[in-house]
Amino acid sequence: MAEPLLLVAGVETFYGAIQALHGVSLEVNRGEIVALIGANGAGKSTLLMTVCGSPRARAGRIAFEGEEISRLRTDEIARRGIAQVPEGRRIFPRMTVFENLQMGATFADPAWFAADIERVFGLFPRLKERRDQRGGTLSGGEQQMLAIGRALMSRPKMLLLDEPSLGLAPLIVRQIFETIRLIARDEGTTVFLVEQNAFGALRLADRGYVLVNGHIRLTGTGAELLADPQVRAAYLGGH
Amino acid sequence: MSLAISGSSTGVLDWPAAFKDALVTALVAGALGLFIVGFRTADFGKGLGFEYQFVDLAIACGVIFAGRFALSCARGGTSVVTLLLGAGLLAIALLAPLPSAFLRTVSGLAGVALLVAGTWTSVRGTSAGGGRIAALSAASDVLGTRVFPWFGAALLGVAVVLPFMPFADQKVMDLGILILTYVMLGWGLNIVVGLAGLLDLGYVAFYAVGAYAYAMLSTQHGWSFWMCLPVAGMLAATFGVVLGFPVLRLRGDYLAIVTLGFGEIIRIVLLNWTDFTQGPAGIGGIPSATLFGRVFAENAPAGGQTFHEWMEIPFSANHRLIFLYFVVLALALLTNFVTHRLRRLPVGRAWEALREDEVACQALGINPTNTKLTAFAIGAMFAGFAGTFFAAKQRFVSPESFVFIESAIILAIVVLGGMGSQVGVVLASIILIGLPEWFRDLGLYRMLVFGVAMVLIMVFKPRGLISRREPTIRLETGGGP
Repeated sequence: MAEPLLLVAGVETFYGAIQALHGVSLEVNRGEIVALIGANGAGKSTLLMTVCGSPRARAGRIAFEGEEISRLRTDEIARRGIAQVPEGRRIFPRMTVFENLQMGATFADPAWFAADIERVFGLFPRLKERRDQRGGTLSGGEQQMLAIGRALMSRPKMLLLDEPSLGLAPLIVRQIFETIRLIARDEGTTVFLVEQNAFGALRLADRGYVLVNGHIRLTGTGAELLADPQVRAAYLGGH
Repeated sequence: MSLAISGSSTGVLDWPAAFKDALVTALVAGALGLFIVGFRTADFGKGLGFEYQFVDLAIACGVIFAGRFALSCARGGTSVVTLLLGAGLLAIALLAPLPSAFLRTVSGLAGVALLVAGTWTSVRGTSAGGGRIAALSAASDVLGTRVFPWFGAALLGVAVVLPFMPFADQKVMDLGILILTYVMLGWGLNIVVGLAGLLDLGYVAFYAVGAYAYAMLSTQHGWSFWMCLPVAGMLAATFGVVLGFPVLRLRGDYLAIVTLGFGEIIRIVLLNWTDFTQGPAGIGGIPSATLFGRVFAENAPAGGQTFHEWMEIPFSANHRLIFLYFVVLALALLTNFVTHRLRRLPVGRAWEALREDEVACQALGINPTNTKLTAFAIGAMFAGFAGTFFAAKQRFVSPESFVFIESAIILAIVVLGGMGSQVGVVLASIILIGLPEWFRDLGLYRMLVFGVAMVLIMVFKPRGLISRREPTIRLETGGGP
């Protein structure tokens, strides 16, 4: 099989003396949607942030397109083509929707800009309606759309999403997941997402990993994990 | 003390409570003022002795009593009393033989404030008046968005024609130059504080670097103002990078404290490195700026030509000031223009984004250290230009001109103007620098005006005089509803 787009091998991350990740290994292939699920405090966000270089992995390898990235700064990693949608959305509140999207395109080829902005507005028509409105005045769902749209403006090779459903109404969550599916299926962007909403994430994902207390416990296709009795008992509340 | 004040604004006035409240306020003011206003040490020839100003104090307490009582009346719905008392105070200020100009100003201002308060409450009390106020504020919002873009242009127009006005004597030109210098410094600091969101309490250090660069290059090496200007700017920018590099990983309060320290270090080095900077004695005899080599003086130096000979007009000392005024106006406009341009470029947008959210910036591939350094360096460069101008205007520099209070005033101009607003900086400079100058007759009390202006702005405009942020881009096609 071809080399994976993202390879995480034996990664250990610490917060001070406390070990958050224990020899975590996973891979994300080109064009896939991969979901990482787990309970609160399992280390899901830590793993995602370790891929982004903050905090740094104390042991193990992280390779993107075969290049070791675990010693690079966050912004250098981002410029390699990994777009992050950080937890809590982190849009720029005093800047308009349009300016937020412009910021996403900082390191993109300026010639792409017109096409890319239309593409984002196509995915999220709400953003088009609100393009001159300040980011901080958007609703939670719209802010999440903006955060995803902003990440897409750089034409990333891989999109990292940290809890995109957090704090959103179920209807909006379904819309966001649907859009993520579109981004991956129709445009070939690789997606790696971290979710507490295991049901939604596994239905969306090609493959999934289950993280428990900093260890990868289970892995399989989305459908396999959805059917797994352990996963059903622990994360799906007997759906 | 706030018994009457905290009551509902439509309630019926409780006369005894209002009277008691006003009395207590006046007594407290009297007790506080006893040692500040009541006594004054004076030299009686045989040594120091006390001079008593109890009459002033008593009148001030009377004004405070009347003012407090009138405000209670306004809250209680009896605004007629407020209006009467306000008119009374104003009349006393204008007509009565008060012992000092300070009392005249205080009671005059109190009278005007009461008249405004009384009118406001009586208009708001009626339902028609309330509706009118709502309509008025809506109209002023519309007016604001319409007129706002022209406001800056109007200010610029006033600034350009000011030197040619009949009242533009030496005093006015000096004040104009002073205000414009602070406008320029405010615009420069606005890049660092307003756009990039880095709290810099040592900005005056770069101003000092620019001033000393010109002072030393011109007196020791004979460089001209125009040769020095870019060099001093570059030097200040280099200092910005050198000082910025180790501190920029700090945030907020910590950054503020370290920049404060750097500001002091520069001043103390200037003060103590006597061989190099002549220490506290300062550097004098700095040549002023020239216009294409023509000097602004009554008699030309050997081999030179003066401006008035060149223009074939009679000599006037005001020419030099008018020229300097236009130099600083041009420098300030350059600062403004560059800032405007940069805001539309990726680096300027990155500054603003960094102010909003540093983590998100890193996630988008922006290097926060380099971005902050460019803001620091460009801000410092404009301070360097301003410093060069300052040295050329004063023709003397000493470390005393670059104390912390200067940094604080420049920062106050940026914050009170509304972080990131260019026009706000102009308004705040006019208020904070202009007001204390106009009130120079008040002597030491003029700093009180400075303080009152600051408090009033923060009470009524907590986000600064102009808190709108203009988007760097608006789409023309198919706008919103």
